[in-house]
Parts: sequence; structure tokens; C-alpha cells
Amino acid sequence: MAAPTTTPQSSSPAPSVPRGVAQRRSLFDPGILKTAVVGAFAKLSPRDQVKNPVMFVVLVGTVVTFVEAVAHPTLFSWSIAVWLLLTVVFANFAEAMAEGRGRAQADTLRRMRAETEARRLGPDASEERVAASALKKGDLVVCEAGDAIPSDGDIVEGIASVDESAITGESAPVIRESGGDRSAVTGGTKVLSDRIVVRITAERGHTFIDRMISLVEGANRQKTPNEIALTILLAALTIVFLPVVVVLQPFGHYAGILNGTRGTVDIVTLVALLVCLIPTTIGALLSAIGIAGMDRLVQRNVLAMSGRAVEAAGDVQTLLLDKTGTITLGNRMASRFIPLGGASEQDVAEAAQLSSLADETPEGRSVVVLAKEKFGIRERDLHEEHTFVPFSAATRMSGIDVGGRRVRKGAAEAVRNWARALGGNVPDGFDEVVGEVARSGSTPLVVADGPRVLGVIELKDVVKEGIRERFENLRAVGIRTVMITGDNPLTAAAIAQEAGVDDFLAEATPERKMELIRAEQAGGKLVAMMGDGTNDAPALAQADVGVAMNTGTTAAKEAGNMVDLDSNPTKLIDVVEVGKQLLITRGALTTFSIANDVAKYFAIIPALFVATYPQLKALNIMGLHSADSAVLSAVIFNALVIIALIPLALRGVKWRPSGAGAILRRNVLLYGVGGLVVPFVFIKLIDLFLTATGWY
Amino acid sequence: MAYFWTIVALVVVLALCWRYLGSYMAGVFDGRVHFLRWAERPVYRLLSVDPEAEQPWTRYAGALVVFSGVAILLTYAIQRLQGSLPFNPQHLGAVTPALAWNTAVSFVSNTNWQNYAGETTMSYFTQMTALTVQQFVSAAVGILVAIALVRGFARRGSPTIGNFWVDLTRCVLYVLLPIAFVFGIVFVGEGAVQTLAGPLSIHDFLNGTTQVVARGPVGFMEAIKQLGTNGGGFFNANGAHPFEDPTGLTNFLSYALILSIPVALTYTFGKMVGNRRQGAAILATMALFFGTWLAFTSYAEHQPNPAVAAAHAVAQPQGNMVGKEVRFGPMPTTLYNVSSTQTSTGSVAGANDSLNPMGGFGMLTGMMLGEVSPGGTGSGLYTMLLFAIVTVFIGGLMVGRTPEYLGKKIQAREVKLASFGVLVMPLVVLVLTGIAVSLHAGRAGPGNAGPHAFTEILYAFTSQANNNGSAFAGLSGDTAFYNVLGGLAMLLGRFAVMIPCLALAGTLAAKKPVAESQGTFRTDTPLFVGLLAGVVLIVGGLTFFPAVSLGPIAEQLSKGFF
Repeated sequence: MAAPTTTPQSSSPAPSVPRGVAQRRSLFDPGILKTAVVGAFAKLSPRDQVKNPVMFVVLVGTVVTFVEAVAHPTLFSWSIAVWLLLTVVFANFAEAMAEGRGRAQADTLRRMRAETEARRLGPDASEERVAASALKKGDLVVCEAGDAIPSDGDIVEGIASVDESAITGESAPVIRESGGDRSAVTGGTKVLSDRIVVRITAERGHTFIDRMISLVEGANRQKTPNEIALTILLAALTIVFLPVVVVLQPFGHYAGILNGTRGTVDIVTLVALLVCLIPTTIGALLSAIGIAGMDRLVQRNVLAMSGRAVEAAGDVQTLLLDKTGTITLGNRMASRFIPLGGASEQDVAEAAQLSSLADETPEGRSVVVLAKEKFGIRERDLHEEHTFVPFSAATRMSGIDVGGRRVRKGAAEAVRNWARALGGNVPDGFDEVVGEVARSGSTPLVVADGPRVLGVIELKDVVKEGIRERFENLRAVGIRTVMITGDNPLTAAAIAQEAGVDDFLAEATPERKMELIRAEQAGGKLVAMMGDGTNDAPALAQADVGVAMNTGTTAAKEAGNMVDLDSNPTKLIDVVEVGKQLLITRGALTTFSIANDVAKYFAIIPALFVATYPQLKALNIMGLHSADSAVLSAVIFNALVIIALIPLALRGVKWRPSGAGAILRRNVLLYGVGGLVVPFVFIKLIDLFLTATGWY
Repeated sequence: MAYFWTIVALVVVLALCWRYLGSYMAGVFDGRVHFLRWAERPVYRLLSVDPEAEQPWTRYAGALVVFSGVAILLTYAIQRLQGSLPFNPQHLGAVTPALAWNTAVSFVSNTNWQNYAGETTMSYFTQMTALTVQQFVSAAVGILVAIALVRGFARRGSPTIGNFWVDLTRCVLYVLLPIAFVFGIVFVGEGAVQTLAGPLSIHDFLNGTTQVVARGPVGFMEAIKQLGTNGGGFFNANGAHPFEDPTGLTNFLSYALILSIPVALTYTFGKMVGNRRQGAAILATMALFFGTWLAFTSYAEHQPNPAVAAAHAVAQPQGNMVGKEVRFGPMPTTLYNVSSTQTSTGSVAGANDSLNPMGGFGMLTGMMLGEVSPGGTGSGLYTMLLFAIVTVFIGGLMVGRTPEYLGKKIQAREVKLASFGVLVMPLVVLVLTGIAVSLHAGRAGPGNAGPHAFTEILYAFTSQANNNGSAFAGLSGDTAFYNVLGGLAMLLGRFAVMIPCLALAGTLAAKKPVAESQGTFRTDTPLFVGLLAGVVLIVGGLTFFPAVSLGPIAEQLSKGFF
């Protein structure tokens, strides 16, 4: 099993470090292994088995073989019976492993759900203490510093810092306040400061954490559309192999008559052949793959509300990404001082720094930082009398009045008019420089010292490092990226070009986002988007894959079909990768499973009929020791391959972003051709082992 | 060398058919070709059909089933009543019920399995009105199902897939009748007889014996027999009879006609779905199988017959001449027989039973792959499309997307219908062969011993379930047992595939297409051709390997390695 099992741990660049619930567990976590072994036997009940048609046939075959082994006890029949049983147990083990990993995560979550008390507000603003489980939707509760928030809700009053590390793993507290897009709180998180009033939006059993628990546990897991389709194909193959094997009984009998040898066909060998032919490998691992796919998303701190959404993520063709936070770092940074008129660059830097001293916005800070970096202008203590002039929407500029100097920085238009009003002149090249900066996607801020316009600060939207490569990868797999921004088309175009997105939507409003999604869908495309605000909710619901940020509003979270706990917009790309990996793993193992059959035929068919037609020995191209050892080797291989592929099923096959043709060629080679060759080698090795150990 | 040039000429002719006949058929079924409107109208009036009204797949399938059911009854009735019907110069009596059933199903299902000798069983009236008529309409029905499935891919969000009666009428009027008419004249001109004057008695005064030479309306039947991939000949000897296949030209025309429509339909497919490369990919897959099987079987037949070699009777420089028409020899016979077994035609120019074991293996396995290389008129294309859906599903998963074929998502329902359609044939063959070898009535059939006997039974059911009709011979098939069971095999092999195909056409037509992108699994590349061929081979191989190893493989191996 050299090829498939050596797949390295993680397949794709996962930028987020898993934390909190999303702990990455070792594949061989002893606790999980132990429960999985127990689970493997507990799942032997026919009630569990009947859900999986392929493995159910194996179970029935096992029973038949045991009956036959009791009736005609031979070493061969008992060996086959035991190995057939092990095949079923191994399949159960795979599923139990996947479930065990989910359950371990669920336990972490469950601890947070410990019974808490809530301070419910009555209609007359009186407080009463009730159990959290008694809360109803719409109840108002008060939480103060140190209180755990009893259930999911929206803040209707107040502002507080909240520790959400329990669900996100992020230790820094986050601010939650009433109104706006940061009003949602999650049950089980803790208020660190201040006082808030929360309107409960989910009752016990339906909260976010409850949903998370049932999701990661794989409880009442619904099969996804592709999984259903694959199950049908596997069932069809199983159904057709049943008569293929059953008719060998009359065929062999007739051959015996024709030949005069009256040779008969051994039932145990027939059952062994059937089990080897039906797609047990994929049949055994199918549910584990599905559960593990969910698990991988949780490891990346994304919660999918259904497996269907994960699958849809693999199909996404258009990705709508918000500019801010996803493509660019959240804030614009000063990147250049451009002097105008007779001023030097240092003059501009000095005045800009001065005007920004009191400016606590990230843009303002970046001006100070740049001035220090470029000219060593340090923050100074202003001994003289001074007045800071704060930014206002009316003046559109800010600055400082110090020692007779009136330094201002602000929007080009505003500062120019202000300087003119003071009797200043606009230096040559003003419009050109301002226009050029704007065209390049940056924001020009003009600096003036009284009537004298000194120059321009270029505030640059900094495109995230490595984002361009990610978009190139996406383009390779056929996903179109569309940048959504409130900027004007000029700025948007420049940033879009720098980031390497395929398209952009400038001056975006919720309505225009919605229109865009509808238009893409009408063209037969699946659309994914990420959003946080209440006004994103309709678009999140309309998109095929809507990822809501955990910091977002309850409305947004309910409209989407995934929630990103890290609220990291780049996550969308991870989600797409997990979705694809899930499908590829299923396809690859199906191919592998079917390709394996060829070798098994060459092991079993000669063994089955060699008594009747000795010339069929020529088909024993592996040179297996005897008929019995050949059949047993094939059955052992068939069982062991399930165990060998469990790590692959849980981790997913390796996925590198490239065109469909390249991916397909690679997987066909690895799992198709590999699936043809590998069993020949291992069946032979098992046969050699059986012979060498004296078993045969 | 002559064999080489024959093949070159065949490829050229087929390339022309592909391009022009294929494009013409797309025009016919898209309703762009109208020049015979005057002939269409009375037919619609007679059937009281509104030519503008389209049908959903359920009604289309319903019409197909009713039409075929009535055709079976009619064909059965004519055979049973032929003694009282005209054009019966030999005064042949009623065909036995079991044989009449088998023959009726056989011709309606485009199988043309013949458990009888035509010249001594069927009156001219039966040959003309029952059998030849079915050779036209059964071929048309096959084409219709393929076209319906193609429309399923081509249409966007459509509730209907066409009108069965209109399609049937247009297929016969615009495609089958004109071509069969022209080549019927050529066959007659070359010496295929066409007369209602009854058999000829020739007195040999020298030896004092009388020889009866069978004749009949042969020439025109011959054209549609090949064109419609029917294969049911007038005479028992089929294409090996000089009145059916009189000259080298007619021999060449035979395989050209056999292959023309199945090959051309792949172009029609490409044109109707708006991407000719898609049709070319399907054709390439078909050609891959055809070429491989032809080369393999030609090689096998180039080897000496082992029984003759063992008897040291004669030298065999040309290969295995046993059962071959001396006019043609092993190679052209092989080309003819391979063409016909791989197109579900089933006509033969030499006895399959006398092929070398591996030659027989070639014939048998060619059918076991599901008749897709290029298969029968229509049936080849629709079966290959079913395989393509299965391929796309597995391959599509491997590129990490919900699989889609020609923009249509392949989901649970499509997988269900396609795998049913693909797997019904092996199921029928294996189960019925299993029944036959278990019962005395079945074991009484084969005329040989050893693995060859098993091959004869297996071949019979493989041929019938694939609606091929080629006979391995050596099997006494005209018994109640084989007639009834064979009829069942033909019915299931035909309609249990057609109905899922039409259901697929319905669901696909209703779907809206998904946009194509870099991430889409492309189905017009050599990689897809290889994958599709792999799936066809694996499905055929996995289902039939044990059975074949008990037949031709055991037989060959008993004579040493191939």
C-alpha cells in the first residue's frame, strides 16, 4: 500500500492554526483507538449493517461461511470465515475511528454547556434567577462581568468585552455591542467587562453549540447528494456481482458434467470471491470519509450546517470576496510622501507627522510610522501651546494648531479649498499627482501648512501577501474570484489588478451583490460568498455556499450554511479545498476498489475451476502456492486494505490546485493503475507469507 | 495487401458517412430537413398525431412500448397465418408458436436471431411484411432512443424530448428508406435475387437428380438487413449465400452499410449537443475497441485450425479455412463477422462455430462489452452514453466536483438509471445461461462436448441479450426451451435498456446546464477516451471473466497457449 498511505499529513496550505475546539488530533490517539475498537464490534449488529448494502452482503456471506465451516470444518473454511468477519470489523472500525474523532471534539464543546444560571429580566425590569435551560426565545437576560452568557442571543443594550476562546480558541477578548453587525453573542462564552442585555434567540438544544456538537459527532448525519449517488453505484455493482458469482455454481457443475470430472464448486470459495469482487474497500470507508470531511472543516474552525454545503463548496465556480480583510489588510497605510511646489519630501513628512500626532486611526498611525522610518522624525512632546483639530465629516480634514502653524491633512478637495481660503496658491502638478495616486488604487491625502500646500500622502490599500498565488491556484481549478468593494470603480480596478482577481464589483450595495449572485447562478454557476452584516443575510441565503463570520449578526449566521469561527474571510478558499478533497477521496477509493478486482479474479478463478479444467492453471499468473492459499490471500488482502486505507480516508487524498485534466491524470494513475498493480504484489506477498509460515 | 486496401477504403467511406450522414441525421431530427413533407403529412393524419406536439419521456416511452408490442403481435400473427396468406409459392405452413414468438421478438428487438432456415420456414409474404418491415422500424426505434437521449443532453430545462411518432416517421422516410432503396438496387444489380416467382427446380439429367434452388425477394431485404444492423438474412446461410452476398463489392458494401449509421450517429450526437469533439471522443472509443478486436480476431483466424492441424490433413497457409466461404477466405470473412458482431447486426459470412477458440472468443467478447463498438443503429450510441455517464461520475468525483456530462449534473437518479442500463445485459446473459446449463432442456442444446458446448450456450444468450442475433451455431436452438428463454433475453436486453435511457433523456432534458470551467472534467480529450474504454472493459471483464474462462479460454488453453 505504498502509494496511498504515504500521503503526508496535510495537503493544502492551511494558514489558520487550529485552536480551541478545532484541535488537530493524532490519527493514532490512543483514546480514540480504544473506543473505535470497541465500536467496531458493537456495530456488528445487523441493524447497523443494513444501512450499508455492500458491508451487509459481506456480513451475510460471513454467516454463510461460518455455517459451512461448522458443517464441514477445515482449516480453509475457518480461515476464510474469520477473515470475512474481520473485513466487517475493519469497516466498522473505520467508521468508529471517524466518529471517535468527532466525539472527542464534541466533548470539549459539551463541557461549555454546563448548567448555568441566567438573570432574566421581567417586563417591569425586575431580575429573576432562572436555569439557562428554562429560557425561551425572546427572553431578555442581563450579563455582567464574570457571567457566562446563558444562550445564543443578540445584545439589545450595552457594550461588553467577551471571551469567546471556548469556541474560537482565540484568547483575546472581542467587543460585542448592541446594534450594528457585532451584536451576536454565543451561549457558553463569558462576559469579561461591563454589562449587557441580551435577547435570547435560541433555546436549549438548538443553540449554536448544540448544533456544533451534533455536527461533529456525526449524529443523524444525512447522506450528501454525491454520497447517495455513489452508494447507488456501489449497490448496483454489488447486485450485479451477486449473480456473477451465484451462476458459477451451475456453470461449474455443468463444466464438471461436460468434462466427466463431476467437479463441484466450493461454496466457501464462492463467498470469498463475492466479497472480493464487491466494492468493499470504498463501501467500508464511505461513511468515514464523509465524517472526516466535516472533521477537517472543524479543524479549520469552520462549521458547516450540513454535509451538503461542504459538497457544494467543492462545486463552487464563483467566489465573492470582500476586499477589506480578505484581499487587502483591513487598513490603508501611508506608503509615500510626494512633495509639491518647492517643498521637500522631508517637509511633507514633518508636516504630515505633526498633523497625525493625535490621529489614533490606523491610517494616522501609519503616517507617523512612515515618517519615523523614512526620516527618523520621532514623536515629540509638544511644549508649546497647541490644539488638535479632530476630523469631522463636514471639514473632511484633521490637524493641529501649534505655535502659529496651522497644519492640516485631509481629502484633496477639502485641503485645497481650505488653503485657498487662507490666500494660498495651488502648486503646479497638484491635480496630476492626486489623480495619479487615486488611479493606482490608493487614497491621496493632501498636507498643507497654512496657505502653503506641501504635498500628498499616498495611503495605500495593502494587498495581503500570498493572496495573488491563492487566486492563481483558484483559477487553475476553474474558480472565478470576484472582489466586492465599496470603493469607486477606479480604485477597485487598480486593487483588483494588483491582487489578481478575475473581476470586481465596485460601489457594492447589498442589492448589487444580490444581483451579481443571481446573474452568476442564472449562468449555471455555483456561488460562494462570505458575509457578516445583517444586510448580507439575503445574499448569504441566495449563495450556494454562504459562510457567515462568527463575529457577524445572528441573522447572517442563520442565513448562511457555514460559520467561520475565526471570522477570517480567506477561509472561503479553505472551505472549497475541503469540499473538493472530499469528493476526490471518494472517487479515488472507488476507482481503487474496482481496479483491485482484476487481480482478485486472477487469484480466485483458477483456484475455483482448476479441478475441472487443469489447464486453467495458466491463469494463475501470480504463481500462488495452492488453490486454498490463493483464495485466502485474496480475502486477507481485501480485509487488510481497508485498515491500510483508513488514514487516507480520514485525511483525504492529496490535493494540489491544478486543472481538472492534471488532477484526473494523477488520480487515475495513482488509484486506477495503482489499484490494478498493488493487489497483484500484495496477494503474492501474503501467499508467500502463508506458505513460509507453514499455514499452507 | 487487398485486405489492407479494403480496410483503407472502408475507413474512407466511413469518414464520409460520419461527416455527411451524421450531419444530415442531425438535420432530420432537429426538424431542419423537410423535402418529404408531402409524404409525412398523410402518415400523421393516419395516426392522428399533431406533429408539433412534443411528448415528455413517459409518453415517448409509452408510445415506443405500445408500438413495439403491436409489432410483436403482428409479426407473430403473420407467421402463424402465413399458410392462408398470399405470396407463398412453397405452400409453407404455420410457424410453430414457440418459434413464431422467438422470431417476432427477434425482429422487433432488432436482434434477428434466427432459429429457423428462412428458405424452408418463412413465406415470401412473411419475409416481406413481417420481417423486412421490422428491419426498418426496429432500426428506427433504436435510433430514436439514441436521439432522445442526445436531446436530453442538448436541451435546457425542457419538459419534453420529442414526439415518438414524428421521429419514427421521419427516421424511416428520410434516413432508412432512401439509403436502403439505393443500395437495394446495387445489391440486385450485383446478383442478389429479387423475385416472387418461387424456388427453381433444376433437373440434372446427367446424374438424374433434381436440385431445388431457393429464391425470393432477397436483394432489397439485404440492404436494410445491413443498414439497420439487423442481420436477419433471407437464407439460412445468411451472407455466406451467393444470392445474399454475391460479389466482392456487395461484401464491401455489407460492412460499410453495417457500420455507417452507428458511426454517423456519433457525429449527429456531437452536432446536436453543439460540440463535435464530444462526438469524436465517443467515436474514438468505439474505434479503439473495433480496431483491437478486429486485429485480435484476424490474428486468431490467421492461425491454423487446431483440429485440422492435428489430423495432418492439409496445409493451412491462409489460416483457418474451416467454415469459411472460399470466395472470401479468412480475412474478409473475419472483417465481415467482426463488423457484424460489434454492431449487433449478427449476419455472418462464415460459420462462427468453426472459428479458432480465440476467434470465437473475439466474437463473444465483442458482444459482451455491451455492443458499443460501434454497436447497433442507435443502441450502440445510447449504450455508450450510459457507459459515459458512469465514467463521468467516477472521473468527475476524482477531480473534486459534482460530476457533470455536457453540462448536465450526474446525480443519484442519473447514476441509478445508467448503472441499471449498463448492468441489465450481463445480468440477463448470466442468469439465463445459468438456467440453461442447469436444466436438461438446456443441456440438450449444444452439439459439441467440452468447454465448446458451454460456449455455444453462453454465446446464444449473449447474442440475444445484446440484440445481436449472430449465431455461434452448433446449438439446436429451435426448441420450445430456447425459443421462449431466448425471446425473454431479447426483450429484456432491448427494452430494459431503452426505458432507462428514455427516463434519463427526460431527467437530463429537464436540467439546466452548469457552466463549464477549468475545473470541469473534460469529456472530449484522449484521457476521457481512455477512461471510457477502461470502464467499458472493466465492466465487461469483471462480469464475464469467470464465464469466459469456462468457455473459450479453457478450450484454448487445453490446446496450449495462444
